[in-house]
Amino acid sequence: MMLGSGAGNDLAEDMMQEVILTVWRKAALYSPGRGSVATWIFTIARNARIDRLRRQPVQPYVDVETVSIACDAPSAKARLIGNQSDEQVRRALDLLPDEQKTVIELAFLKYMPQSEIAEKLGLPIGTVKSRARLAYKKLKDKLEDLK
Amino acid sequence: MSIHHHLDDASLMRYASGDLDPAFCVIVASHLAMCGQCRNAVRLAEAVGGDCLGQTPQATVSDDAFARLSQMIDAEAGRQPEKPVAVQDPAGQLQSNVPLPLQHLIGGSLDDLNWRWIVPGVHRHRIELASTDSSLFMLRIGPGRKMPEHGHGGTEMTLVLSGSYKDAIGRFGPGDITDLDEHIEHQPSVDSQDPCICLVATEEPTQFKGLVSRLMQPLVGI
Repeated sequence: MMLGSGAGNDLAEDMMQEVILTVWRKAALYSPGRGSVATWIFTIARNARIDRLRRQPVQPYVDVETVSIACDAPSAKARLIGNQSDEQVRRALDLLPDEQKTVIELAFLKYMPQSEIAEKLGLPIGTVKSRARLAYKKLKDKLEDLK
Repeated sequence: MSIHHHLDDASLMRYASGDLDPAFCVIVASHLAMCGQCRNAVRLAEAVGGDCLGQTPQATVSDDAFARLSQMIDAEAGRQPEKPVAVQDPAGQLQSNVPLPLQHLIGGSLDDLNWRWIVPGVHRHRIELASTDSSLFMLRIGPGRKMPEHGHGGTEMTLVLSGSYKDAIGRFGPGDITDLDEHIEHQPSVDSQDPCICLVATEEPTQFKGLVSRLMQPLVGI
């Protein structure tokens, strides 16, 4: 993930170590009712990446997590989207039309901003946004069908 | 709190992937802090991130990476594990009408801000952020007041913190967010008894329509 976002080998390795150390420190804060382990580790890695590569404060993300831990009782629905669903999310993603899947993968595998995705695909940014929006809606419908 | 206007799904995806500019990150996070429904919705977008992380090709690390990591973990031995609630007085902070992500920028009260008069009935408080091309500011608009009709050069988000306003799209009260694309024109008018206080992020300077409004633009600076 860090290499994909443009970090060199040494920096990527430092950041990987930092992420695992954070996972170690915060292990008691993980709750299966708020998502899968992979999703939780993704959010920690995302925050580390924002902090280091974009040089912007990660505080807003930390604040949302604080509110979430204090206010959101682990729910059956979140457990569904979280716990048992790594496999289901994958299957739902596989069902997306290629043009939507490409936008998602560039955003979440290459960590490209929407403006860069638009440039790379030669599309107006509005089209990239609407593909992201459609993809989200389809994933949501698909995963809600499973309830 | 009953919230009727939520984040656009495309914005949820950008928040989850870490693609929002700092000004928009603050306003999206502030809405999330007020809206359980959107916090839930963000989890699905983050689950996409979790899945993609699992699909990422493996990378080779240096030979001593594991040994170094083990040393760092051993060095943690005496450290207290992180506790679930990290805020002091969480009840007070979470019930304030300033959402937690905004409290870190303006403090816990809407009254003590350095409001500047910009046009009759309208005051503004700018929030300075590093590394952003967008603007983040707060507006306090008096009861019955209208903002000049305007369109948008880029994305604009407005989050109501107290009071309410209505426009062609609907009525907006505390916690409601507008997540507008370019080309949408609107003329908000405050319909609460008290002033309406909003947090606003704009990607490009807002474009006012009409000559008088256009003359006003440099003055208003939004």
